[in-house]
Amino acid sequence: MGEINLQTPEGRAEALRRMLTIRAFDSEAGDRFADGEIPGFVHLYIGEEAVGVGTCAALEDDDYIASTHRGHGHCIAKGLDPKYMMAELYGKAEGYCNGKGGSMHIADVDAGMLGANGIVGAGPPLATGAALSIDYQDRDQVAVGFLGDGAVAQGQVHEAINLAATWDLPAIFVVENNQYGEATPVDKQHNVDNLSDTAQAHDIPGLTVDGMDVTAVAEAIGEARARARNGDGPTLVEAETYRYRGHYEGDEEPYRDDEEIERWQDRDPIESFRDRLIDRGELTAEEFDELEAEIEAEIEAAVEYAQEADEPMPDEAYDDMFAETPPEIERFATAARTDGGERTASSRSSSEPRSDGGRPGGDRR
Amino acid sequence: MTAQTEAELETETETMTVREAIRQALREELDRDEDVYLMGEDIGLFGGVLEVTGDLYEEFGEERVRDTPISEAGFMGAATGAAATGTRPVVELMFSDFAGVSMEQIMNQMAKMRYMFGGKAEMPVTVRTTEGGGMGAASQHSGTIHTWIGHFPGLKAVTPGTAAAAKGLTKAAIRSDDPVFVFENKMIYEQKGAVPTDEEFTVPIGEAAVEREGEDATVVATQRLVGESLQTAESLAGDVDTEVIDARSLYPLDTETIVESVRKTGRLIVADESPLSYGTHAEIVARVQEEAFFSLDAPIQRVGTPDTHVPFSPPLEQEVLPDGDDVREAIERVT
Ligand SMILES: Cc1ncc(C[n+]2csc(CCOP(=O)(O)OP(=O)(O)O)c2C)c(N)n1
Repeated sequence: MGEINLQTPEGRAEALRRMLTIRAFDSEAGDRFADGEIPGFVHLYIGEEAVGVGTCAALEDDDYIASTHRGHGHCIAKGLDPKYMMAELYGKAEGYCNGKGGSMHIADVDAGMLGANGIVGAGPPLATGAALSIDYQDRDQVAVGFLGDGAVAQGQVHEAINLAATWDLPAIFVVENNQYGEATPVDKQHNVDNLSDTAQAHDIPGLTVDGMDVTAVAEAIGEARARARNGDGPTLVEAETYRYRGHYEGDEEPYRDDEEIERWQDRDPIESFRDRLIDRGELTAEEFDELEAEIEAEIEAAVEYAQEADEPMPDEAYDDMFAETPPEIERFATAARTDGGERTASSRSSSEPRSDGGRPGGDRR
Repeated sequence: MTAQTEAELETETETMTVREAIRQALREELDRDEDVYLMGEDIGLFGGVLEVTGDLYEEFGEERVRDTPISEAGFMGAATGAAATGTRPVVELMFSDFAGVSMEQIMNQMAKMRYMFGGKAEMPVTVRTTEGGGMGAASQHSGTIHTWIGHFPGLKAVTPGTAAAAKGLTKAAIRSDDPVFVFENKMIYEQKGAVPTDEEFTVPIGEAAVEREGEDATVVATQRLVGESLQTAESLAGDVDTEVIDARSLYPLDTETIVESVRKTGRLIVADESPLSYGTHAEIVARVQEEAFFSLDAPIQRVGTPDTHVPFSPPLEQEVLPDGDDVREAIERVT
């Protein structure tokens, strides 16, 4: 079972590859953001790779995930292509959202990825909804809602968990406790010792696992998945982890010290997994270095692709508002509106459907 | 009315950014009134994600500059309850888009409590929040929702376009016994202007300001578009003599100052970043038509965000965001 079976050497190699891809992608994204090539806000996942990869390893291809503002890792773990992800970060037409979403909103519903999200705590309700569809249509899937430790304070998160629990929906809620909500430490935001304690209020299992250990995460999610598929409802899994970078790129991090960061880095999810594979004789140090170099080259190629990709055409700003575009979208800014005058030139009449379904790069899936 | 109120104070001014002006307003009000305190996400030790609260945490301590968990419905509701029971909370809602998560507390509690209790509740709460596109922050962090808030009976909405207005309105909001939303456009935090230093300086809620006098056309602008309209007016000077008004307060709205100007110029352009349909523009237009219809020499023009969300990619974002060029084109269409 599973998209990546961590019981097999191939599965473990794939998990390592995905964790490395996330790290390389995000390091590069950080650099490119610092260079001013990527606009907006960028929140990196470095340090937390084992949570996304461990979770998705225990999922089937057609299971759903709903992500957070720190979504790059979830996308890669779910199998999205770094090339189109990077293009989205660059705001290019070839990006997953045609340049409309950017870092915080990368989505690929066909791949079961219901979007990174700019609203803290918005993922769990979406996951509950996906689980409802699955249950309603009797499909053999589950839905995972990721959330941060900070998001546990959001009311809508608890409403989502309560609904899923009450209706025994096939949902899993994964709290990525990376110790901070922006600049505020977790113990200043919550009164419980373990965030998984909140599961008690909904009478569902809640457990806390080592989020620096990809196998531990995958095991917990595997059990949660089996439970969900068995009709026994949701599970809340708290993964204890750490983000190495600031909350967003450019964050000066006055709220923590290097010593704390180093303490967590000693348990780095990638290095510890690599060492384990080497101990098992499944990997040599040279092979690891080769893999790392190969992935870095892949990410560099993704950057080149993104740099060279087309900018969206300004008129695309008016696409995708509705399934049935109304006769006109109001955009008076450049349209002369004189008494009885005509609105022509720049006023938009209902746009003709594009042959590719409105998606440049629509062939990428 | 408008400019006189400030002029009457005959106060010294100091040049500072909009961000500094707001911080100064907060500092002065924290100093002046012990019942005033600030709350919001990361506003304390961190100084706020847009750095508005800065070092106020060091100055006033964690009781008065308090960090909240990320729970907008929770703290918006808490502020409502606190205001009704004797204190004067000033909430920072990091991005106005997040009002979505706290709307129940805003629309059914904060806005209605005094009314439903027969006037037997005070609601001295201030909500400061950021609006607008221009940072490539995409649709969930670039919204302009002041129309929404201005539309709810029981809430007041102000939109400073200059540093002085930012300071004066923030102070007036904190001193008001009504819920006031102060909508700060995030692209003008670095914009500088002369700001009165008198601690009693406030900008009365409900008064517009004529920022530039002119004879040929009136531009009623808000927030970022005030500065851009002023620049546009200068660039057109000689051809068109444009009057620029900073509406400053959307609810209540200073209809009188606007109407008076339109009676003089006969032409009106409304420039506001919110979406065009059913919004702030429409309200200003409606009032002017009611009171000055026969003074109009040309159709009224609206400059705003088309009815789309604010996209991420810079070329798309630039496409939808209104700017000084749009204001210029609108002026040229009617003069
Ligand atoms: C409703 C809402 N409130 C506030 C924010 C601003 N914000 C973005 S990320 C973040 C911190 C989230 O912390 P956490 O849930 O622990 O996730 P982490 O960043 O640690 O992954 C905040 C406050 C937001 N995007 N949405």
